[in-house]
Amino acid sequence: MDFIKDIWAFMKARKKWWLAPLIFILLMIGILIVLGGSSAIAPFIYTLF
Amino acid sequence: MIILGISAFYHDSAAAIIENGEVIAAAQEERFTRKKHDPDFPVNAARFCLEYAGRSINEVDAVVFYDKPLLKFERLLETYYAYAPKGLKSFMISMPVWLKEKLFLKKLIWEALDTIEKVDRKKVKLLFPEHHLSHAASAFYPSSYERAAILTIDGVGEWATASICLGEGNKITILRQLDFPHSLGLLYSAFTYFCGFKVNSGEYKLMGLAPYGNHNSEQVKRFVTIIKTNLVELKEDGSIFLNQDYFNYATGLRMVNDDKWKQLFGFSRRSSESLLEQHHCDLALAIQQVTEEVVLNLGKEAKKLTNADYLCMAGGVALNCVANGKLDDAKIFKQIFITPAAGDAGGALGAAYAANYIYYGNERKVDPTRLDGLKGSYLGTEHSDMEIFTVAKKYRAPYQQFETEDALVEKAAALIADGNIIGWHQGRMEFGPRALGARSIIADARNPEMQKKLNLKIKYREGFRPFAPVVPIEDVSEYFEHDDISPYMLLVKQVKENRRIPYPSDFTAKELLDKLYFLRSDIPSITHIDYSARLQTVHKETNLKFWKLLNAFKKITGYSVMVNTSFNVRGEPIVNTPEDSYRCFMRTDMDYLIAGNFIFDKKLQPEWKEEDDWRDEFSLD
Repeated sequence: MDFIKDIWAFMKARKKWWLAPLIFILLMIGILIVLGGSSAIAPFIYTLF
Repeated sequence: MIILGISAFYHDSAAAIIENGEVIAAAQEERFTRKKHDPDFPVNAARFCLEYAGRSINEVDAVVFYDKPLLKFERLLETYYAYAPKGLKSFMISMPVWLKEKLFLKKLIWEALDTIEKVDRKKVKLLFPEHHLSHAASAFYPSSYERAAILTIDGVGEWATASICLGEGNKITILRQLDFPHSLGLLYSAFTYFCGFKVNSGEYKLMGLAPYGNHNSEQVKRFVTIIKTNLVELKEDGSIFLNQDYFNYATGLRMVNDDKWKQLFGFSRRSSESLLEQHHCDLALAIQQVTEEVVLNLGKEAKKLTNADYLCMAGGVALNCVANGKLDDAKIFKQIFITPAAGDAGGALGAAYAANYIYYGNERKVDPTRLDGLKGSYLGTEHSDMEIFTVAKKYRAPYQQFETEDALVEKAAALIADGNIIGWHQGRMEFGPRALGARSIIADARNPEMQKKLNLKIKYREGFRPFAPVVPIEDVSEYFEHDDISPYMLLVKQVKENRRIPYPSDFTAKELLDKLYFLRSDIPSITHIDYSARLQTVHKETNLKFWKLLNAFKKITGYSVMVNTSFNVRGEPIVNTPEDSYRCFMRTDMDYLIAGNFIFDKKLQPEWKEEDDWRDEFSLD
């Protein structure tokens, strides 16, 4: 719940409403990836994220 | 008001605690876990900070994390969107990390703090200042300036990769910001990667390699032209534009497009640990020159925008002490203050300062007579003689104990003058990547063999790596072209001209290793191949024992300059406890360990046995 509140406050502050559907779709895809069981280990060379 | 700052989850996790604007303690997590650049939540460092301050977590007014995770997530999504469908693989890897962990950072932080002590979440605030604001705060607030320009440069935070701010009283105003993917830090890291060093760790090796490049050679000039024509556009205001056709970091799993870089520079990416050749050195010099030009442009722009007399610097690129030295030489500002933990670890301290002065609006009192508010960066753990004695007993280690500091210092100076290499464990551990005389290995700078010996037999690292000098502030201009402070080893200056030995006529034609063995000055072990030195001035106000040691050494030898390198081996975090120090001492060819008032002589120690090869404990950096 805290997270949803934070996301809403963030969207209001940033006013990048065009990102909302993108965030929604990407989150859905992301959830699928998570449910798909991918590892949460990021073997990146540079930790950009 | 008590504030706990935290940096974590990317690299160099750390914690710092401030009370009424005064820093009480700060430490990096790697020192406790013995895992270099440890990114995990700094439970040990936070626990240490609270214990040192004598506070419970529930007495803290706010816990402050050093960046804004949602803003970083926005940058990720916009970047993936902009480059789609390129970057799908990277997206598939990053999303689980975010959806499982990083998006729920608040929960992660609370849970981690609960392992120290159950936190009252209604009482303790959790705040998230921006990454570059945390950097700016880590430099400006502890400085002794009432008004100063602030320059932050790093790889990337949320969006920002560099910023110019104005600090006035307790306020910081952001004036300019450069955004991802255009980043000086990432540009430098791209070259670090291409030259075969580890990104986020080997940048200082690239900087140390650059002086082996042949200055004014056609090859270096050609490389600079290639870089400026193809890779990066430099603007007069200090901003840069990176041509993403050649880089891969925005959406891929590598820093650069290897094939395109090979076509550009005429050679492949160097594999790690393979032979370093002249073209690698020339390329290192070329990117160093470009970096210096950008830093200088940013400095000029900061001056133009603020008209301030002083400059404060932070961010990973502010650890490029060669560029800092050039900026200082340009005399754009009266003085430059570079915060000692300029990288992400320092973000923990900056975040705490930002909350104290910006969020809570507390008054900032500046004392211009003080060096700064960081107490020489000696903000970490300290160990009593009893703890050292316990280690001696555990390892059945013979020792000599001294009653007075002066007697110990005189003995230590005599041992160094005799050519011995000393492990020096004294007082509170340093905060930041440099050993400043609390967890240091020290030796005689006059000895022409010392650089080779220290690199190969003590630190087990690449032979070309330079060593830094320490000198009492009173004597700095006797040895170096510099007459001001440099307490955190973050300025590179030239060794005094009358001390230098001229290059032989065939110098540029020599191989890298032959260049290394050319005697550069009367203090050769700390004189880099281009007569430069990354100097540290020692101040009796912040480290009296170390200052006395240098002066005792001067009485014996006439020289008050010594080699000072971090107390560790390659890939190992700098030692923290007396046990870490004893172990490192026994694993290497160090001659003496001086911890507190105890001196351990290697010749008298029992044989050191370990079941496994200790070198496997630390992966090469």
